[in-house]
Amino acid sequence: MARLFGLGRGGGSASDETKERKTPGERLSEGVTKFQGSQFATSVFRPGSIFRKGYTDSPRNRSYVIMNSVMYHLHPVKVKRHAVKVSYTLCLGGLSFFLFIILTVTGIFLMFFYQPSAANAWGDIRSLQTAVTFGLLVRNMHRWAAHLMVLSVFLHMARVFYHGAYKPPREFNWVIGIILLLLTLLLSFTGYLLPWDQLSLWAVTVGTNMMGYTPVFGSQIQYVLIGGATIGNATLLRWYVLHVLMFPFVIVIFMAVHFWRVRKDGGISGPL
Amino acid sequence: MAEVPEHLLKRAAERKAALEAQKAAAAAEAAPATSDADVAASNAEAEKTGKIPAHLLARSAEAKAKAAAGGPDAGAAGASSGGTATATATASPAATGGAAAARTAGVQPGPGLVGPAGHTQRLLTVVKAGSIQDVKATPTDKVNVWPHLLVIEFVACLATLAFLLVFSTFVNAPLLGQANFNLTPNPSKAPWYFLGLQELLTMFHPEVAGVMLPGMGLIGLGMAPYVDKNPSHKPEDRKVAICMFTFFMMFWAILVIIGSIFRGEGQNFVLPWRQGVHAIFDL
Repeated sequence: MARLFGLGRGGGSASDETKERKTPGERLSEGVTKFQGSQFATSVFRPGSIFRKGYTDSPRNRSYVIMNSVMYHLHPVKVKRHAVKVSYTLCLGGLSFFLFIILTVTGIFLMFFYQPSAANAWGDIRSLQTAVTFGLLVRNMHRWAAHLMVLSVFLHMARVFYHGAYKPPREFNWVIGIILLLLTLLLSFTGYLLPWDQLSLWAVTVGTNMMGYTPVFGSQIQYVLIGGATIGNATLLRWYVLHVLMFPFVIVIFMAVHFWRVRKDGGISGPL
Repeated sequence: MAEVPEHLLKRAAERKAALEAQKAAAAAEAAPATSDADVAASNAEAEKTGKIPAHLLARSAEAKAKAAAGGPDAGAAGASSGGTATATATASPAATGGAAAARTAGVQPGPGLVGPAGHTQRLLTVVKAGSIQDVKATPTDKVNVWPHLLVIEFVACLATLAFLLVFSTFVNAPLLGQANFNLTPNPSKAPWYFLGLQELLTMFHPEVAGVMLPGMGLIGLGMAPYVDKNPSHKPEDRKVAICMFTFFMMFWAILVIIGSIFRGEGQNFVLPWRQGVHAIFDL
């Protein structure tokens, strides 16, 4: 497989002294070679068995992998060599997107077991943790991935700032990035209420009280946000819809624009 | 706009002056037919009726008559009397031979009409050499996204997923007792990313700390590229920007840390190692 990806190291020429002791890398490449010659590999990975026309590692095919797939929306066929340096971007933007995907997948799972009503919400979460297979794990993943996403979006912003990557022609994409940061915080905060436990209730009380101090429209904003004078059933339903439908919808649109501008404004990293 | 070389400008000015002089001479010759007042009147009338102005019709008739009378020397005549738009337009097919014909016919062309080497062309614009010659892109060192970038991204995603799985296996998300409006926990805290704001609440009026400061912070961040006009990407050229942003990030980080673990009952300052740090993941 390593050779298939074009990443296999060339046959290392071990000198006589080190012939007995093999490095893990050498052992790995030996194993790969053995696997590639095996009956199993030659039948499964026979050219034409998975991809109808087979895959040979040629510059033409490397281009086709991107050009003929959905990846072409995210990446061009070729990027500058320094753009693939991990220490430059730390993959933070891509990981934020990946965490968003994880959050969507785990969130859909959680939706199967959750009713957004004050009477049922907390009990549903508790039985999800105790009675549903992998329920606790998936809920944990959803929560930690959410915190991680807030963190990675923040760090992504810091990385972009320190590299001066917000400068022309990318200045508007920076503005979209700030909107995405705000949407990430809103997504996280709306999800905070849904377990309907003491932590979420009072955190949301603190948060919405703060928003109630907005000049001019303060009390109206607070009323709309909590769907009444006090937090209750209506708040839960409202924040549930915002959390699972509205904010994801809006953030996906902004992400699409963000990614498109990344490509149009000169690629994933580096000066133009 | 490309800069026009000095000698060309000079030539154009000379030619323009010559043309003006000729036009004035022609106008004086045909004074009764085409005085300025007549031209203005016929123009105004033409604008009203949408027809060709009378003085232009008269001029073209005159030119036609002249051409018929002059016969084969029409080109030369047109060129020598030229200067008016219609005359040069009718004469233009013969313009290439104009100078030669003029010479053979013994008619001398006007002084400003012929350039230094006897050329009669006009300068339309000057195009910089770089804009038409520098079409070849400079080669850059590029690599294929597949496999070089996609493999990195795949490994990064895999590592994140692995970390998340392991962390979620060992650390449970908090689930306290069911929401109870009659029991306010002490302290009640916002989610950790809002704890900086909650921390500000202890110092400012809620309207300032909860709404105006974060709003101004977000707007200020969004304005960054429009305020920071420094084109350099090098850290040594952007000391002010980097200092300000680092200060901003540190300010929030410190507030969040204080709000998260240094605030105990009644939002009083506590030392986490006295109280225990059990609540770090109950955020």
